[in-house]
Amino acid sequence: MTGSLFVAALAVCVVTTVAALVVPSWLRSAVTGWGTAGGGALGVAAGASTLAGGRWAAWLPEVLPLAGVRLSLDPLGGVFVAVTGGVAVCAGIYAVGYARESGRVVQATLPLFVASMLLVPAAATVSTLLVGWELMALTSLLLVLAEHAHRAEVGRAGLWYAVMTHLGFVAILAGLAFFAAGAGGEAFDQLRGATLSPAARNVVFLATLAGFASKAGIVPLHVWLPRAHPEAPSHVSALMSAAMVNLGVYGIARVGLDLLGGGPQWWWLVVLGVGALSALFGILQAAVSTDLKRLLGYSTTENMGLVLVGVGAAGFFGPGSALAALALTAAVLHVVNHAGFKTLLFLSAGSVLRATGTRDLDALGGLRSRMPYTTVLFAIGALCASALPPGNGFVSEWLLLQSLIHALPSSGVAGAITMPLAVGVIALSAGLAVATFVKAFGVGFLARPRGSGAESATESPPSMLAGMGTAAACCALLALAPAAVLPGLSAILPGAPAVSGQVALRLNGVLGTISPVLIAGSLVLAVAALLAVLRLISTRRVRRAARLWDCGAGPMSARMEYTATSFAEPLQRVFDDVLAPESDVDVTPVRESAYLVERVRFQARIPDRIEHRLYEPVLAGLKAVGRSARVLANGSVHRYLAYGFYALTGALIVLAVLR
Amino acid sequence: MTPLLQVILVVLGAPLLVGMMRQVRARLEGRAGAGVLQPWRDLRKLVRKQPITPDGTGWVFRMAPLVLAATALVAAAAVPLVSTESMAGVSDLFAVVALLALGSVTLALGGLDTGTAFGGMGASREMTVLALVEPTILVSVFALSVRADSTDLGAIVGYTAEQPLTVVSPVSLLAAAALAIVTIAETGRIPVDNPATHLELTMIHEAMILEYAGPDLALIEWASAARLSVLLGLLASLFAPWGIVTAGAGVVAVLVAMVVLVVKVAVLGALLAAGEVFMAKLRLFRIPELLAGSFVMALLAVAASFFLA
Repeated sequence: MTGSLFVAALAVCVVTTVAALVVPSWLRSAVTGWGTAGGGALGVAAGASTLAGGRWAAWLPEVLPLAGVRLSLDPLGGVFVAVTGGVAVCAGIYAVGYARESGRVVQATLPLFVASMLLVPAAATVSTLLVGWELMALTSLLLVLAEHAHRAEVGRAGLWYAVMTHLGFVAILAGLAFFAAGAGGEAFDQLRGATLSPAARNVVFLATLAGFASKAGIVPLHVWLPRAHPEAPSHVSALMSAAMVNLGVYGIARVGLDLLGGGPQWWWLVVLGVGALSALFGILQAAVSTDLKRLLGYSTTENMGLVLVGVGAAGFFGPGSALAALALTAAVLHVVNHAGFKTLLFLSAGSVLRATGTRDLDALGGLRSRMPYTTVLFAIGALCASALPPGNGFVSEWLLLQSLIHALPSSGVAGAITMPLAVGVIALSAGLAVATFVKAFGVGFLARPRGSGAESATESPPSMLAGMGTAAACCALLALAPAAVLPGLSAILPGAPAVSGQVALRLNGVLGTISPVLIAGSLVLAVAALLAVLRLISTRRVRRAARLWDCGAGPMSARMEYTATSFAEPLQRVFDDVLAPESDVDVTPVRESAYLVERVRFQARIPDRIEHRLYEPVLAGLKAVGRSARVLANGSVHRYLAYGFYALTGALIVLAVLR
Repeated sequence: MTPLLQVILVVLGAPLLVGMMRQVRARLEGRAGAGVLQPWRDLRKLVRKQPITPDGTGWVFRMAPLVLAATALVAAAAVPLVSTESMAGVSDLFAVVALLALGSVTLALGGLDTGTAFGGMGASREMTVLALVEPTILVSVFALSVRADSTDLGAIVGYTAEQPLTVVSPVSLLAAAALAIVTIAETGRIPVDNPATHLELTMIHEAMILEYAGPDLALIEWASAARLSVLLGLLASLFAPWGIVTAGAGVVAVLVAMVVLVVKVAVLGALLAAGEVFMAKLRLFRIPELLAGSFVMALLAVAASFFLA
């Protein structure tokens, strides 16, 4: 059952790809969209049946030369298969209306991208994993480059993405190849039983951590993410940001917790540390970002950071403890929740982009009356992303905080120093996330339009709204009834589930109860009671329209509104030392006198500091090396012959000395 | 039953607390003052006025006061003020903090929805303060929860009531100082915000609600008062839980607990108001320093709970 569902999901995706290449263009977006959604739905079913206890393994020796393809589905992989499938359903339905103008190759690549993402968590050998990984990188790269002809930045973003993802691939390849060589086989079963020296295990873990973390957008390997995710078409952004980055977390959990079977505590402190750093840095950049999709991209870095805090805590507590189970459950639940709200947010951002032609929050606003459905859907996503009740982000962050808080008495001095700091980091990132999404929603959708694009916006077609609505329904389900998915998630670990209960979630092994339904219900009840009381006691009920308070200076224009930049200004000042914003004032005097100013140009920009400090020197150095190497090749044949002669002589001398 | 009693107590008492604090300030500043009942008179006046929809505002603007007041009501029911018997599943300290933050968020969105510079300015400042307050609250909660091994407020208060000596431990004192500072920040009192000002350079809360009038404003004013009383009551319960009843207490005990709660909150409110007389509002960009200081105290409280245990 599990296997046939999974194979059917892959088959539907591949058939859709072929169909997309042959059907006429007016039918293409419908075929690819519904095909992708169908493949995704089968993926969800396959993942769910794995979590319900179904197992499946397959060995296809003839598919790949030399190694063959070995697939197997276990609960850890099943979760990621189901999440990928769920995102694909929403993005597929959305693409029916959104991707009409896209080219043939771009549309045909979409189902293939989904298939490769389904393949990665089902891989059971190193070579299958690597092939799936590379297929995923190539298809997503093609999709990122979809609009390269329209905007120059797309090409640059694609280049960054291609380089970073392949460097990551090299790290994973090196780590896993080393692992497989030491274990004497490349099947995951053989790797599990391998006995490596501690130093070799460290090398394997750190190499794969670097590779997988770069895919998850973890600081300092995140630089591609806020470039590539915004430039991709929005349904692709959703797939990348909500499904693809998860596989980086999957890789870390698979190699670290499963194949290597845990390790020394410092491994997991490293994971926890980079997770905390990513959470803070990501949300801080998001808080001051004015590009809606770039903001969402940075928020992905933040959320993956939070997930890694959970994974790191789980590894730190050691396998078998109740706290480790709780931390891992929290991390995986956060993966699921993040997939839900980030799909919704990216799809809504795409809806805004389609309607207004801009992603710049400073030019948006007033969409509340022009795009009512998109506004409500984005509001739901923003509530979930800011980890406030009754959103779904709140539940997983609460679980994560509980696992960290209960660790204090038992985890020694390292834990006593780490855990409070981790709680502080999570709290600060939650607070900044609130500010970020108030900015994104309040400035982007409320008040009056700040630009002509926003002024002439119209609501998106029904298929796009249906895709967004599906994601919103998933978010609502996860927010109000997390008990519907929690038993499935706890199948990842042997032993009792970390969280139990239906209406109120109870923690296993430690004290703690939360009831998302009760919180939402009492809020609704309170609002109803207040409305009833107001109706009862207020004597004049008809609302009257009135002018805004304009200090008596005449009607206000849209230029007087607060923008996203001005909204984030206090935060930018508070975190001045971390963000290091750049501003540029350029005064042009009139020709006759230096004292009369003709024009003042002010430019402010907040560069990604890690990119600025870490990558730009390296890139500049590489460029300098390349330029100086040019001197060697000046086109003279004599010189090249001389190089050959010297190289041969040198090689002979070396050989003579060594022999 | 007691959650309902607490709600009634907060609904009726919150405006009186504000009136009492204003009266204390007035007397200390040498003015006669308007009397303790003045906030209730203001609310009555506001409710009778016609509701107003400023041009260009929408459903977010209209929903904000309702949601803000609803979060205050739920928080009043969830926090153990009279009894440690609390709403299981809601009375978690993280949940209460997040609920109050939800109220601030909706109000900030209401401010942004007006599209005026005042609304945006207030919203931006409020969100900045909220983001910086969050770490302190959660880390001091961490410090307090270690003893009771739970973040449930009922459990923490119950533990402290059983072991009164823990109140004078370094953990409690540091956490109390940290929580007191963030309570001031959350409720917009001096030195973080001045509830009596309408000067644009310094406003935070008042700037956000500038466009509200009539019953909407009444709801906001009431909700602000309720948040202040719930947070002061929470401080009292966490650090002076005497008089609070446990589950299954008799009617007399509950009545006594209510009186004790009123006295404790009144004393705290009077102290806060008296302190405000001697202090000036901080510059907006000095507030982070104050909050960073409170965060350090919270962190020290956690360290103390581990290393001094």
